[in-house]
Amino acid sequence: MAQPPAFVFNILETPEDQGQDPSPYDESEVHDSFHQLIQEQSQRAAEEGLELRVLPQREPGPETLGASGSGHQALLGPEGVPDYSTATLRILASMPSRTIGRSRGAILSQYYNRTVRLRRRGSRPPLGGVGRSARPSLRLYDLELDPTAFQEEEKRTLLVKELQGLTVAQRDHMLRGMPLSLAEKRSLREESWTQSGKQRGPQGRRGLLPCCSRLRYACGLALHSLGLALLSALQALTPWRYALKQIGGQFGSSVLSYFLFLKTLLAFNALLLLPLLAFIVGVQAAFPPAPADSVPTFTGLELLTGGGRFSHSVMYYGYYSNTTLNQLCGPPLDGSQCTPEAGGLPYNMPLAYLFTMGMSFFITCITLVYSMSRSFGESYRVGSTSGVHAITVFCSWDYKVTQKWPSRLQQDNIRTQLKNPVSAEREWELLALPLVVCLLNLGAPYLYRGLAALERHDSPILEVYVAICRNLILKMVILGILCYHWLGRRVGALKGQCWENFVGQELYRLMVMDFVFTLLDTLFGELVWRFISEKQRKKRGKPEFDIARNVLELIYGQTLTWLGVLFSPLLPAMQIVKLLVLFYVKKMSLMANCRAPRRPWLASHMSTVFVSLLCFPSFLGAAIFLCYAIWQVRPSSICGPFRTLDTMYEAGKVWVRHLEKAGPRVSWLPWIHRYLVENTFPIYLVSALLLAVIYLNIQVVKGQRKVICLLKEQISNEGEDKIFLINKLHSVYEGKERSRVGRAQEAEMPPTLPADERDAR
Amino acid sequence: MEKPSLGRGQPTASGHAASLQFPGCPGSRDFPDAPYRIPPKVAPATACGRAHRRFCELLPQEHRSVEESLQIRVSLEQILSLPELKANPFKERICRVFSTSPTRDSLSFEDFLDLLSVFSDTATPDIKSHYAFRIFDFDDDGTLNRDDLSQLVNCLTGEGEDTRLSASEMKQLIDNILEESDIDRDGTINLSEFQHVISRSPDFASSFKIVL
Repeated sequence: MAQPPAFVFNILETPEDQGQDPSPYDESEVHDSFHQLIQEQSQRAAEEGLELRVLPQREPGPETLGASGSGHQALLGPEGVPDYSTATLRILASMPSRTIGRSRGAILSQYYNRTVRLRRRGSRPPLGGVGRSARPSLRLYDLELDPTAFQEEEKRTLLVKELQGLTVAQRDHMLRGMPLSLAEKRSLREESWTQSGKQRGPQGRRGLLPCCSRLRYACGLALHSLGLALLSALQALTPWRYALKQIGGQFGSSVLSYFLFLKTLLAFNALLLLPLLAFIVGVQAAFPPAPADSVPTFTGLELLTGGGRFSHSVMYYGYYSNTTLNQLCGPPLDGSQCTPEAGGLPYNMPLAYLFTMGMSFFITCITLVYSMSRSFGESYRVGSTSGVHAITVFCSWDYKVTQKWPSRLQQDNIRTQLKNPVSAEREWELLALPLVVCLLNLGAPYLYRGLAALERHDSPILEVYVAICRNLILKMVILGILCYHWLGRRVGALKGQCWENFVGQELYRLMVMDFVFTLLDTLFGELVWRFISEKQRKKRGKPEFDIARNVLELIYGQTLTWLGVLFSPLLPAMQIVKLLVLFYVKKMSLMANCRAPRRPWLASHMSTVFVSLLCFPSFLGAAIFLCYAIWQVRPSSICGPFRTLDTMYEAGKVWVRHLEKAGPRVSWLPWIHRYLVENTFPIYLVSALLLAVIYLNIQVVKGQRKVICLLKEQISNEGEDKIFLINKLHSVYEGKERSRVGRAQEAEMPPTLPADERDAR
Repeated sequence: MEKPSLGRGQPTASGHAASLQFPGCPGSRDFPDAPYRIPPKVAPATACGRAHRRFCELLPQEHRSVEESLQIRVSLEQILSLPELKANPFKERICRVFSTSPTRDSLSFEDFLDLLSVFSDTATPDIKSHYAFRIFDFDDDGTLNRDDLSQLVNCLTGEGEDTRLSASEMKQLIDNILEESDIDRDGTINLSEFQHVISRSPDFASSFKIVL
């Protein structure tokens, strides 16, 4: 049975105590338990035959310590603030939960504990040499609760010693996370480094030579510096850092999210373009096919229509050859295969086209899903309770805003939010009806406005979401109809001609028109609207930057790119140019014509929504279109790399058959193709596995939610314990005070009583 | 529309914070062996260099040498005149939290770097929430009690008389806040409870940012 540790209790009863405000800056306080004192008190109470004073039971009114529903006992002053004595307040102020945010010693202790835990994660502490106590908790040597008075210097030395036991990366990571000043961190790092460099010999257990560890440290340092230099070079390449800061400073995070989304789309297009350039466009440009009979000359109109000279260039599908390039071989003598001469690297163009398209889409898919899941993970947390007040008050101020007017606008927004908060559940319930109505009224834009006037939403955020949904459905339906039109009807109508070129050109034209109309709308529409609103309303009535509509335009443009890349491999390059121009045009128009949005936006939630919209209707639709085009549609017979095949996918099959004939060395590839790709059983297996993983994840999240509830209950119970102990402590102090005052009064009373009192006795 | 007065001349480079984080600064990775010795020149193209330049702009002309600028302290009013802080309702609290002088009314270059490092991209959310707590703790007692919360709300809603919340609205709001975030029901919000609330908001790390 373990001995309870012996605590020393030290009440400072000097008169100076009364005037001082207790603050955790006073580290000289010994914060201990009062076990001995309570024992003393209960002994005295038992001797005097008194019970410990029971505090008056009070009804839990609104003045109790912010509690609701559970009756707490508290001594309350006139304003509802607990009226504790100064000595009690002093002890309260040195409680670990209050000092951790302020005092350096507490922070050092906390990080000492963390470092110890980190170091001991791999190995258990040795059982021998533990000390007198057999309790497992004491083995871990919790510095925060250790009652022996550790000065700050000793805590620091201990921390430095522990830091030396970590690897360099772990040490840096730990130091980076410490909320200390830079000078402190620097000195800690220097001390832990120099001392570990000086230690020789007693590292025998690890068996490391000191020179090797120094060399490793130097190499790590060099690599880290190189990494930092590369990162800074990359950041220097992004030319928009100042522009983004300007926009964020003037218009806030929500408008900034549009421009960040534009930057993300730029990155996606670059990712799509690079494999295409490397494996298709570049190769075909290096080995151009035999020129056609009549190649029209370049006139300026091709930039708008996409036809003419452009039809006979690497721009479109029809230009690409369906043979193996760079195959220098003689005529086949006996119908056997052509053996390439030395120096030539044969390049099977149809195969390359198919595989590169598939690979680019696959990479784009992985990147999209990864970024969507990452932003989703950041936006939504397990165990988030309802209630928006605390989050609004603590997290809603945007420190990036540097101008006076947007700052005042933020204050207005926050005030409105605080006065009329809308909880999340109500929003989703209200969404059900508008969604149903949406689905029933497709393709009727003029009805939308009427409906918006009829539905009176309580929250502006809901209006925005509903508007996004409606416009999105409209655009997707239009694109769906177009796809059906191309793949269903046009293929049949253009039997003898190069229909892929035609589809590519249509998409090119759509993109160009979309770009032109966006430019016109931005340059003139917002300008005209600003003049109209200024004249009409005669106040600062600049139009707001409509984030939802602009983001939908971007997504629409990106969908067009993804739809058309199969038929026009250079379309991403055009999209990149369009996005670059759009950034500057939108920024210019924003600065000149718009003002900061009045409605409060949750910027990170919106980013998640944008990326999800990009992934689900947009990319998924394009991927379905691509799959259908590759698997089911017959390519045209006069142009393109698949002109002799039944479907584009056959290029892969042809190659597999070719490999089968090639010999036993590569027989695993056709085997994989026959049993894993053509067979449907593995697909079912993989789907079943995925479903199982998803279900397990859902169960894990449910379990975590339960654990969070239990922990919250436990913390609340601990809080009640704490209040109980504080009240007991207060009663003890009061008792002491009263007895002290009583003794002082007795000492002050004159030794002889007046005559009548003596008579009365 | 007033434009911020920022120098655009220098090429923008890494945004990493000081010491372990700011390269090119005294005591940083570039000088791992040196004790805190003042180097002859602070590298201009890094984030530290930008910070140093902005700090020097606040000093009078005769004190702008490198050695002096690293020792001298700048008064609170001058720091509050920086365009990045001018429109911030918490600007005074921010300066007081990072000031290491005994009267807490002046900032040295080290303190300025501390401030920028906490508000930069590279500070962990833990550090940001830690310092946010200290900024919101108006009476510096280690917890957010009702007074702190009401002062915080007043900063957020505006200084004018017509923009403040009424007494009953304020009381209701503070009751709601304590109900949502005071897990141990002691009437105040300590650091752990504050960090718990912050962890639920993904916007915090990106909005608790000041970019030079």
